[in-house]
Amino acid sequence: MKEPQIIVCAKQIPDPEAPFSDVTVNVEKKQVSVDAPDVISPYDENALEAAIRIKEELGGKITVLSMGRKVSDTVLRKTIAAGADSLVLLEDPLFEGLDSFSTAHVLSCAIKKIGDWDLVLTGRQAGDWDSGQVGLILGEMLDVACVSLARSIKIDDGKLLVEKTVPVGYEVVEAALPALVTVSNEVGELRYVARSKMLGLLRRPMTIPKWNSKDLGCDVERLRKLQLTELAPPADMGRECTLIEGSAEEQAERLAAVLAELR
Amino acid sequence: MSEILLLVEAKDGILDKKTLELMRGAKGLGSQLGVEANAVVVGSQTAQLAESAASFGLDKVYRLEHPLLEGFNADAWVGGLEWLCGQVKPGIFLMSHSFVGKEVGPRLACRLNTGLTTDCLNLRVDPEDGLLVRTKPIYGGNAIATVKCEGVPQMVTVRKNAFEPIDEAQTRSAIVDMAPGIAESSIRVKTIQTVEQEVVELDKANVVISGGRGIEAKEDFEMLEALAAALSGSHGNVMVGCSRPVVDKCWMSSDRQVGLTGTIISPDAYIAVGISGAIQHLVGMIRSKKIVAINTDPGCNMFKVADYGVVGDYRDIVPALVKKLEER
Ligand SMILES: Cc1cc2nc3c(=O)[nH]c(=O)nc-3n(C[C@H](O)[C@H](O)[C@H](O)COP(=O)(O)OP(=O)(O)OC[C@H]3O[C@@H](n4cnc5c(N)ncnc54)[C@H](O)[C@@H]3O)c2cc1C
Ligand SMILES: Nc1ncnc2c1ncn2[C@@H]1O[C@H](COP(=O)(O)O)[C@@H](O)[C@H]1O
Repeated sequence: MKEPQIIVCAKQIPDPEAPFSDVTVNVEKKQVSVDAPDVISPYDENALEAAIRIKEELGGKITVLSMGRKVSDTVLRKTIAAGADSLVLLEDPLFEGLDSFSTAHVLSCAIKKIGDWDLVLTGRQAGDWDSGQVGLILGEMLDVACVSLARSIKIDDGKLLVEKTVPVGYEVVEAALPALVTVSNEVGELRYVARSKMLGLLRRPMTIPKWNSKDLGCDVERLRKLQLTELAPPADMGRECTLIEGSAEEQAERLAAVLAELR
Repeated sequence: MSEILLLVEAKDGILDKKTLELMRGAKGLGSQLGVEANAVVVGSQTAQLAESAASFGLDKVYRLEHPLLEGFNADAWVGGLEWLCGQVKPGIFLMSHSFVGKEVGPRLACRLNTGLTTDCLNLRVDPEDGLLVRTKPIYGGNAIATVKCEGVPQMVTVRKNAFEPIDEAQTRSAIVDMAPGIAESSIRVKTIQTVEQEVVELDKANVVISGGRGIEAKEDFEMLEALAAALSGSHGNVMVGCSRPVVDKCWMSSDRQVGLTGTIISPDAYIAVGISGAIQHLVGMIRSKKIVAINTDPGCNMFKVADYGVVGDYRDIVPALVKKLEER
């Protein structure tokens, strides 16, 4: 069988693990700002890890796609450092704030432009809006087999074998390639990339292709923005916390009393 | 506008609580808009399920029946529901934000050329444009967004507890048979093995004790098990849960994960051990009646949302606590 050509879709988002004291909700502007550096959405890192493991076994090539109004290659070069072969940025002012359907449309145009591919991986959901839609919609648009919530992915004898998480445990499913798979955290974290390697890579000159809506031949009529009508901060979750002090022994004694009360 | 449709989910023939909640939501919207509120049951033998779904006073229950709809194959279900929507042309289509809803929703929306909003907390109809106004948490729950989408049907998946479960009604719904054509060739993904694991239902527990990344070794979860055992005599159903890093390390299976992408629970008491209190975890347990936190870091977020806090190392506190409870 030929070596698999894998495409990983990776979204750049504000760090979803930033403490909520660093998150500001601007009700007037309907904007959330996070006082933390951008990262690759965590499940997309899981997807990349799954891709790299397939490549380690079977060879082939991994291309990372990221779309936005502006995407930072300093954030995304991490994918190359970890083991991807190339990175393509899909940038256009028109790509700002798109809804899931339009995002999938742009990604599908890029994938069709790349042409030679066997497997597309996305995260199960992006860590900013947690929609969990783009992957499956993209699969529909590409008209290929779609599998969601993968915890392990293998290509065996040209066939796709995925373990997917289901409510009763997991299922082993099979499909022909090409296919689209959405990846969950059970796959495992993206391998560690040494800081020195990352810094070296940032200094290395690299041509990173940037494609806009024209290059992609997107149907711009089809690009719709997400219609956000209101944004609000969440209800206050804080409670008055009684701290139980003393030695471990004393703390345990008092905590036991508290728990006994809670029956 | 035409009818409101909702997708029924059930386990072992018993309707899912989230479905009963959707039924109330659908009925409310239906009477507000003056349209029918209907439900669809999907499967290969749906007679009994349709009967149970018919006892809640909706207008109709469709039986979408086909041999390929047996169990749950997403390709078959998406195809069947696409066909049904072509027949009955619902104005609004509601699904639970469940395993099935998350899998079917986006694909069905794409086929019907409409938009979808997932994980909604609240729904209403804007009288001006007739669009469904959807409220959903974003940034893990750090903000609440209200959005609208064009397209018919207006489609959403709804988080549990958005509506009160519906009560049984006097009038029974009409049951309508629907036989979709589903081609064998449309099934692209085949299940070759189902591995059933022992699955816990954390949302059924009276007390949940969760360990986080602060737990140093897998064996240390035995301390939490011992605590669960010590409490279970007096506190009913006590279970051990965890935060996501514990699942990532494969120390626990994902059914034990509490949070946005795990289970959302509201037990009488929640004991968080070595969990910092990230927003994606908090949304899963913040509705617990009482929250107890054990953590070495006095500044951690979990103390801000807890009723009782113990600053200390779980390796000291938990065994001592077990001993005290056993002495009582
Ligand atoms: C899209 C998305 C979805 C997510 N969904 C979920 C979800 O459903 N559930 C979930 O839990 N997370 C989820 N997360 C991850 C979440 O953001 C946090 O990373 C995670 O909850 C952190 O887990 P933790 O508190 O156990 O670990 P940490 O944040 O690392 O906290 C460990 C804590 O242990 C304490 N500690 C260390 N040693 C000890 C000791 N000896 N004794 C006592 N305390 C000690 C530390 O002080 C610290 O507070 C999600 C993230 C994203 C982006
Ligand atoms: N702007 C984007 N660029 C690249 N990939 C994206 C983008 N938006 C979404 N995706 C992919 O689609 C997945 C699901 O996103 P969502 O439906 O927004 O939760 C993400 O995990 C990514 O893999």
